[in-house]
Amino acid sequence: MVPADFLPILVLIIVAVGMSAIAIALSALLGPHKSTPTKLMPYESGMVPVGDARLRFSIRFFVVAILFILFDVEAIFFYPWAVYFRRLGLFALIQIVVFVGILFVGYFYAWRKGALEWE
Amino acid sequence: MSLTQAVFILLGGMAVLGALGMVTLRNLFHSALAMILALFSIAGIYVLLEAEFLAVVQVLVYVGAIAMLILFGIMLTRDIVGRASAVRNRQWPLALAVSAGLLAVLAVALVRAAWPLATYAPAQGGVADLGLALMGPYALPFEVASVLLLVAMVGALIIAREARE
Repeated sequence: MVPADFLPILVLIIVAVGMSAIAIALSALLGPHKSTPTKLMPYESGMVPVGDARLRFSIRFFVVAILFILFDVEAIFFYPWAVYFRRLGLFALIQIVVFVGILFVGYFYAWRKGALEWE
Repeated sequence: MSLTQAVFILLGGMAVLGALGMVTLRNLFHSALAMILALFSIAGIYVLLEAEFLAVVQVLVYVGAIAMLILFGIMLTRDIVGRASAVRNRQWPLALAVSAGLLAVLAVALVRAAWPLATYAPAQGGVADLGLALMGPYALPFEVASVLLLVAMVGALIIAREARE
């Protein structure tokens, strides 16, 4: 892969940003500006909104997010091994098993402490 | 000006814009979104440097996971979403001194460093070389990385447990 292979992604980003910028700019320039309190209300599928949208989230989301990041990083460490694993041989396989084994300790700790449950 | 230079200037500008937005915007949530722009632009710069694996990791871990964790952190904290936060506090002269010192050190290092070109093209964005290095000479740091992840996991669980009680 050379950087030129990523050109379609760049074109996509430019088109996406450009289109949304044009859409917002045109509606701001051409649209009528007659706002009423009802029009300025957040749209919630036709329901009248209840309470403030900016409420405090549960700490449980934080635990889920942390566990996600850690296993995300674990998966990324697998990748350089997985690409080449036939040439890397048995020793590399043992290394990966040790790597996963250490993380499994944390996984079982999280499991036993009930971090995976959503009571 | 070649296309690569044009793309670099675009990405670099986006990264600087995002970083400036992160430190100057009054709303903490908007700052986090500006940080995502900066991190994403840096992933594009990694692509330009032919480090595709690093670019993918940047998007997956920094944009996908770390930025999300920071957004969660903001949403978990009482009464900071939607409230304008102060851009300056009493520590600003100290922060300015530290930043200027860091800039000076980096500038000297950048000017003095020799920039040798690689004598061979890394295959598959360097993933193969990375795999060989992690499984060979850097086997111990590789295993220590998993201990680090374990420590982070246990620490996060204990902090979350204390916060709930």
